[in-house]
Amino acid sequence: MTDINVILATDCGSTTTKAILIEKINGQYRLTARGEAPTTVEAPAEDVTRGVINSIAEIEDITGKTFIKDDKLIVPRKDDKGADIYVSTSSAGGGLQMMVAGVVKQMSAESAERAALGAGAIVMDVLATNDKRRLFQRIERIRNLRPDMILISGGTDGGTVRHVVSQAEVIAAADPKPRFGIGYELPVIFAGNIKARDAVRETLNEKTALQIVDNLRPTLENENLKPARDAIHDLFLEHVMQHAPGYKKLMTWTSAPIMPTPGAVGDIMQLIAKRENIQVVGTDIGGATTDDFSVFRADRDDPESQFVFNRTVSANLGMSYSISNVVAEAGIPNIMRWVSFDVDERLLRNSIRNKMIRPTTIPQGLNGLIIEQAICREALRLAFIQHKQMAVGLRGVQKQSSIGDAFSQKSSDETLVDMIGLDLIVGSGGVLSHAPRRNQSALMMIDGFAPEGITNLAVDSIFMMPHLGVLAQINEDAAIEVFEKDCLIHLGAVVAPVGVAPYGKPCMTVEIHGKGKWDLKVGEMKLIPATRDEEFEITINPNKKFDIGAGKGKIVERKIKGGVVGIILDARCRPIQLPENHDERITALQSWNKELDIYPEI
Amino acid sequence: MAYAYSPGLKVLESVTLQRDRRLPLSGKIIVSQGDSVSAEQVVMMTEMPGKADMMNIVSMLGCLPGEIGKYMKKEAGDSIKMHELIAESSSFFGLFKTRIESPIDGTIESISPVTGQLTLRGKPIPVEVKAYIDGKVLSTDGKENVIVETTGSFIQGIFGVGGETCGNIEIAVQSPNIPLTIDSLSENHKDKIVVGGSYVTYDVLMRAKEIGVKAIIVGGFDDSDLKKFLGFDLGVAITGQEKLGLTLVITEGFGEIPMAEKTFNLLCKYAGMRTSVNGATQIRAGVMRPEIIIPHPSAQKAADEKETKLVLEIGKSVRVIREPFFGKIGIIKSLPVELTKLPTESMARVLEVEFENGERAVIPRANVEVIAMD
Repeated sequence: MTDINVILATDCGSTTTKAILIEKINGQYRLTARGEAPTTVEAPAEDVTRGVINSIAEIEDITGKTFIKDDKLIVPRKDDKGADIYVSTSSAGGGLQMMVAGVVKQMSAESAERAALGAGAIVMDVLATNDKRRLFQRIERIRNLRPDMILISGGTDGGTVRHVVSQAEVIAAADPKPRFGIGYELPVIFAGNIKARDAVRETLNEKTALQIVDNLRPTLENENLKPARDAIHDLFLEHVMQHAPGYKKLMTWTSAPIMPTPGAVGDIMQLIAKRENIQVVGTDIGGATTDDFSVFRADRDDPESQFVFNRTVSANLGMSYSISNVVAEAGIPNIMRWVSFDVDERLLRNSIRNKMIRPTTIPQGLNGLIIEQAICREALRLAFIQHKQMAVGLRGVQKQSSIGDAFSQKSSDETLVDMIGLDLIVGSGGVLSHAPRRNQSALMMIDGFAPEGITNLAVDSIFMMPHLGVLAQINEDAAIEVFEKDCLIHLGAVVAPVGVAPYGKPCMTVEIHGKGKWDLKVGEMKLIPATRDEEFEITINPNKKFDIGAGKGKIVERKIKGGVVGIILDARCRPIQLPENHDERITALQSWNKELDIYPEI
Repeated sequence: MAYAYSPGLKVLESVTLQRDRRLPLSGKIIVSQGDSVSAEQVVMMTEMPGKADMMNIVSMLGCLPGEIGKYMKKEAGDSIKMHELIAESSSFFGLFKTRIESPIDGTIESISPVTGQLTLRGKPIPVEVKAYIDGKVLSTDGKENVIVETTGSFIQGIFGVGGETCGNIEIAVQSPNIPLTIDSLSENHKDKIVVGGSYVTYDVLMRAKEIGVKAIIVGGFDDSDLKKFLGFDLGVAITGQEKLGLTLVITEGFGEIPMAEKTFNLLCKYAGMRTSVNGATQIRAGVMRPEIIIPHPSAQKAADEKETKLVLEIGKSVRVIREPFFGKIGIIKSLPVELTKLPTESMARVLEVEFENGERAVIPRANVEVIAMD
């Protein structure tokens, strides 16, 4: 695969199929065209390839080139027609929905959940012997949810058999039917104690399509997620995809296996972290769900320690279908705290509900935009809380504990998400990628994630991370090159010291060499225009109550770059402190919006 | 020529439509192709496997899982009755006995020698599926599916709660701008489908439920009242399964919004007619909206429901579905091709609309829905 010059990639989403064309121009891989069309999994077409063809036909219109012949893609390229390779991801039909089961909720069940999430699934429920539910309740739950697939783990190798088999018996008693395709058996993966395999086989073989793989928690200190993740991908293709309309045909077109969309996004993020040696957080805030990804070092005190990848899906935090759920979970006061004008609660509640029932509408007036962006901040915040809770302790493949750990004060419950060591936050999803001003995206991400220290911010320009993730399977260089040059829009950097002090007190002095020097008081924000083409020396001298990464009151000197927004100095404390008084809060929000040029003047 | 399609709600006076009735499992079909059916008539039935429960019998008997066979009085597959002896152990030369009785009527599905768990299966649960609409059986697969066809009026609501129901239409207000109040309800509304105007409150719904109203159709409803009515804050719009005592269909949206005149007039025209209503709403990929179906023989040629396209065209009637013109109805005057900058600074495809009072406005195409009329 050395001579790849033309690449087509699609992502078949629930509503839209997005196609991109990558071409090698003067020795460099670049994005040259994109097209989109409605996804055609449902009636009347009931054939996903129709949407794929339509989206690529749009690329044909734009480029004047030919990629389709007789309703089929031309792969490999012949006589300057077609593409050298074609790859695709899919989340159509609601993506891959799984249930996982383990013996102990915080151990094997949690490892199983990580395996499923990492493979790109939505985890509908986690069953465990200590989940405080009675057996019949677990059975009812399985019957009601109708997952696409179930992953069972539990027991270290040679350990408990009885408890593991008991989980298999619960599943057998529920006799679950898959969501799609009457007449085929539900795929079940067993990745638990090797000694329980025979009994699990005995219990489930006749009722399900059982596949047995290596234990994902062979010992208490080891987590081995890869075999379970690979099995999830295989069964996703063999069972779930085979029964989705048109996928059988699509699978014969692709040059690499079709991946679940979030699995591909996770892969590209891991690749970037590894290549650049940086710690990354990514978010994809959609209409129905918010996916968070992170790549952090296993030991925040050891810069040489391995990277650990985590993904979480907040299944009901989103900007359209799930918008009311964001409000239900965050509470109206938490939404209103980001709204820079007076708003009646009844009107606000009804207007959010109206967005839920008509999810494709867009704000026409500025107030509508401000409210949606307030909700986005809360969705990002809530999803990130869930992510931090999940990204804890023993995460990652084959992590071996050492004798030193026995004496360390670190708790396995401590999150791996190290905000002060975080290098880059990447945002994607319509509300972030298509905000009318990039400054709005930057501030939504700052308010939602509350980055600490010095953190770079970027957005995925047209949500092509899934395409690049699946492409990386066969051409890593092309994927990375396009990611850097065409996918990411670097917004700039935010400088935010950690600590709390009353508004008006000194917070930090910042000098950006060649730009100027600023004294910031608590509660102030400042935008310094700076592009990504230049690199500046920055000296940050925090007040004794604040820490910018070296300790309270300790000066930090380093290099910094800007972006399309610039460098944002944020002295609103960490955790972010908003004035409690209503009028003062609105005044503060308006002043930050003005300083950062967030909204047009009314 | 390319068409711009718009999500929209259908308000059709005369349409032929089919409803796919389906069993959760294969079962018995009790109607034949061509049969006339009424909405409340059962057309097919089956039995779902009973509820499963598990008993950790080894801990109750005080034995090991491998020994369980010695104490069992029943085997896997045996029928059991409530309080029937299913296992017994004795200790101290028979002085102390532990008797395990069945907690249910049903069968023993399995006995695990590994865990000592007994899986008990309750009696099968009968499931019946009704025709839902008055009409004719168009086809059946003989196992799990019956398609019922009817001709009549069809109205889609925007959001609903509560499932399928049937009754006669009663108009309880004078105009679509008037809210439904407690005073406008009476005992005569028992078993009826009551049409209000612009708005209904929680208190009015409670009174309607008390009377025995089958369904309420109104323009708008408050989010805070929905929370009270459901008993929880609805996160995602997937409804239809809740047992609320009546079905609610809102035609316009949340807040106090007059029902579209065309919808109201159509309902008035068929007042007194038997009508099927379903509040089930699902706003995800594969959107499902609540619906009102009034079967009636039609003098005019009925359109096919599936062929009624919602296309944005000059001269078509649209309803604005987002502020600042939310709820207003007008006619499309132009459809500019180029993107237009909105007050939010977003670039969007827009259209120009003329409202009923002659005023004109430029609105994002995403913020209107076509009112499909036949």
